[in-house]
Amino acid sequence: MHIPDGYLSPSTCAAFYGAMVPVWMTASYKVKQSLKARQVPYLAIGAAFSFVIMMFNIPIPGGSTGHAVGGSLVAILLGPWAACIAITVALVIQALLFGDGGITAIGANCFNMAFVLPFAGYFVYKLLSGKSTPGSKRRVFSAGIGAYAGICLAAAIAGLEFGIQPLLFHTASGQALYSPYGIKVAVTAMAGEHLILFGWVEAIVTALVINYLQKHDDVFTGEPS
Amino acid sequence: MNQIKKLWIGLGIFAALCPLGLILPAHFKAGDAWGEWGPETIQKLAGYVPSGFAKLSELWKAPLPDYSFIGWEEKPLQLLGFSYIVSAVVGIAAVAVITYAIGKFLKRKENQGEL
Repeated sequence: MHIPDGYLSPSTCAAFYGAMVPVWMTASYKVKQSLKARQVPYLAIGAAFSFVIMMFNIPIPGGSTGHAVGGSLVAILLGPWAACIAITVALVIQALLFGDGGITAIGANCFNMAFVLPFAGYFVYKLLSGKSTPGSKRRVFSAGIGAYAGICLAAAIAGLEFGIQPLLFHTASGQALYSPYGIKVAVTAMAGEHLILFGWVEAIVTALVINYLQKHDDVFTGEPS
Repeated sequence: MNQIKKLWIGLGIFAALCPLGLILPAHFKAGDAWGEWGPETIQKLAGYVPSGFAKLSELWKAPLPDYSFIGWEEKPLQLLGFSYIVSAVVGIAAVAVITYAIGKFLKRKENQGEL
């Protein structure tokens, strides 16, 4: 889901940087209100976990690859705004040091994976887990489904960003200037492969880690407080 | 052993196992992630290289491109697995240090409420 340089027009990239500025500012403000000192090491570990889990490329035999993100996991453990900051750091390092995701596309990639993904995942988790007790099976299950919903929605939106490119930016003869595939193809591919395979990996990773941490660590009550 | 130490060991295990993320796609003959193709692949798929894409795609030269060393594109999978682990360690360290610093800077002032 790491959109490289050249797939989105400069104006699209600027728009997503513009959209992310208030998100990053709000995240800083919200985290300042809520992050406890003893949660700081967990935030760092959460960001590092997201970074490394994204290196586990999962193949669709003969097709493409994808990976989990872990954004909903961090959102459930430390709150969605903290997750936004943690995943943003992971994405910026991936772009700068490893060329994974474009420099121009950092805004868009953060919008998809550091904003839409953790917030959607957290929202679905909250909705499903309700007033269940920490460590309960219902919470673990809700975390998995939330993570699945979050990554699939993020992938669909990434597909939409790819898909509007040939519509908006093309030569007089109709050749695309940037990403060449239209909305239907791009959204179907991006959402489809996450709905079928990568979303389940995200769900299982999230559920397993939540199951472990809610039993072993009282830092995580499931509330960002 | 405290919980944070355990989680760090967990991250170390993930770093050690990360070459699976290279070996499995190679074994199952999976290509690039959708929408993350280079110019040659896009030429094959779309029949042309979009001109705006051609201008922007080589914009940034990363120091560890594709989680490997510069000039290692054609190395055998075992060596790429090694550079992949090095990249994981470098990346985990960079991400953790920066996030930790941001967290320290942003954390709630303790006198505003309970710990």
